[in-house]
Amino acid sequence: MPLSLLKYGLSRDYPVTGDIPATPDLKRSYDVVIVGGGGHGLACAHYLAKYHGVTDVAVLEKGYLAGGNTARNTTTIRSNYITPEGIAFYKEGVKLYGEMSGELDFNVMFSQRGQLTLAHTEATLRSFHLRAEMGRHMGTRLEVVDQKGVEALCPRLNMDYGGPLEVLGGLWHADGGTARHDAVAWGYAREASRRGVEIHQRTTVEAIDVEKGRVTGVVTDRGRVAAGAVMIACGGANYEVAKLAGVELPIRCYPLQAMVTQPLKPWLDTLVSSVSLHTYLVQSSRGELVIGGGSDPYMSYSTRSTLEMKEHLAEGAVHLFPFLKGVRVLRQWAGTTDMTPDYSPIMGASPVDGLWLDCGWGTWGFKATPVAGKRMAETIAAGKVPDILAPFALDRFERFAVLNEMGATAASH
Amino acid sequence: MKLLTCPMNGPRNISEFQYLGPVRLSPNPEAASDADWAGYLFGAPNDRDFQREFWRHTPSNYVFVAERHIGTGEVRRTYDPGEME
Repeated sequence: MPLSLLKYGLSRDYPVTGDIPATPDLKRSYDVVIVGGGGHGLACAHYLAKYHGVTDVAVLEKGYLAGGNTARNTTTIRSNYITPEGIAFYKEGVKLYGEMSGELDFNVMFSQRGQLTLAHTEATLRSFHLRAEMGRHMGTRLEVVDQKGVEALCPRLNMDYGGPLEVLGGLWHADGGTARHDAVAWGYAREASRRGVEIHQRTTVEAIDVEKGRVTGVVTDRGRVAAGAVMIACGGANYEVAKLAGVELPIRCYPLQAMVTQPLKPWLDTLVSSVSLHTYLVQSSRGELVIGGGSDPYMSYSTRSTLEMKEHLAEGAVHLFPFLKGVRVLRQWAGTTDMTPDYSPIMGASPVDGLWLDCGWGTWGFKATPVAGKRMAETIAAGKVPDILAPFALDRFERFAVLNEMGATAASH
Repeated sequence: MKLLTCPMNGPRNISEFQYLGPVRLSPNPEAASDADWAGYLFGAPNDRDFQREFWRHTPSNYVFVAERHIGTGEVRRTYDPGEME
């Protein structure tokens, strides 16, 4: 080895550092325990440590960092929802993505190139007009474009003129974008651990201690830990983990499937979604086409793909862009989504004091990673739910105050 | 292709079936409280266990009950709704 290289390698000026330290021993107690080491939990830890001075925090992760739905989603970032409460919340999420690389001093490869959702029916087009008006009213960039507008935004798209799936128009969301999921999680993890947050991978929560209606700690496979507050942010495991504290969440689990093709030259600028085909595509910065997203039509905790769903995604992709017919699939996967009845998340208080929920993220959680983390940190630090999160409370269901985002969610991530 | 055994038509491809969700009995409208209705509408059994579900064999329009494990996917039993206990 050249001596000059050895000199750098052994120099104190260039110490060897990892992004996060190795998993430390568990302490007996923490101010805050976060169950789930995905994007949301790590983001919350970061905001707690940086903005609220709460650094005695442990993030407990059953598997490896960000290996659940943070790794399995299709990284769509957007705010074109339909309820004012939903739009206000997701809009803040998009804004925070814009600032994230600076906030974390970590390149999360945020690429705000816009999302185009296609209408193949009059009914879909009508719903687009409604969403565009709501979006404009709430201050997001959202407009309905006609066939010429669609062709201009996505010149290689099969418009299917005269066919059964003719593209009648589109919903153009200039604020939409994508980011690198691993970078988001690791950026938050690095910043949180730099400020003293402990990240415990391969640490399973087996029970949650509740005394007189208040959470007092958790039992893990590495021992019992006392906690002043506990947040649940476990993606597909939210129902089961909340139940450890006696809290029943209105959640049903369905697998969501996606896949990635071999890398191609850059040719697709926008994110493209089709409501009727239940297919959406985005070209990653590596050139791979990320194709989503089909939910299995029945409840399951399975994270295995099915041939039917992969055929369905391939059929949709080849219909929209026929020249993809010879392209090969490189990877495919499924993730367990925790679906709520109204396709909106459940954030805020639980019936157990000190037990906070960041749950019900179904198929729409990645885009909310920074805003959910920031606002949940605020909630935990103050012991009080901020106004922006109030509509997402668990008790909205018994008040029949649902936030129906089904139409703005299905197949348009 | 996954298979599901229809009590009337025997084992068929899963694509021939429509999932109608877990079996839940509606509350008595005379006696039900708001909380009962909220539980019925939004509450969701989601345990990693066998659950009773309604399925429909689409070509024959026949609705039946399946006892399926939502963790493993194993179907223990399928039967006519009239046999439901």
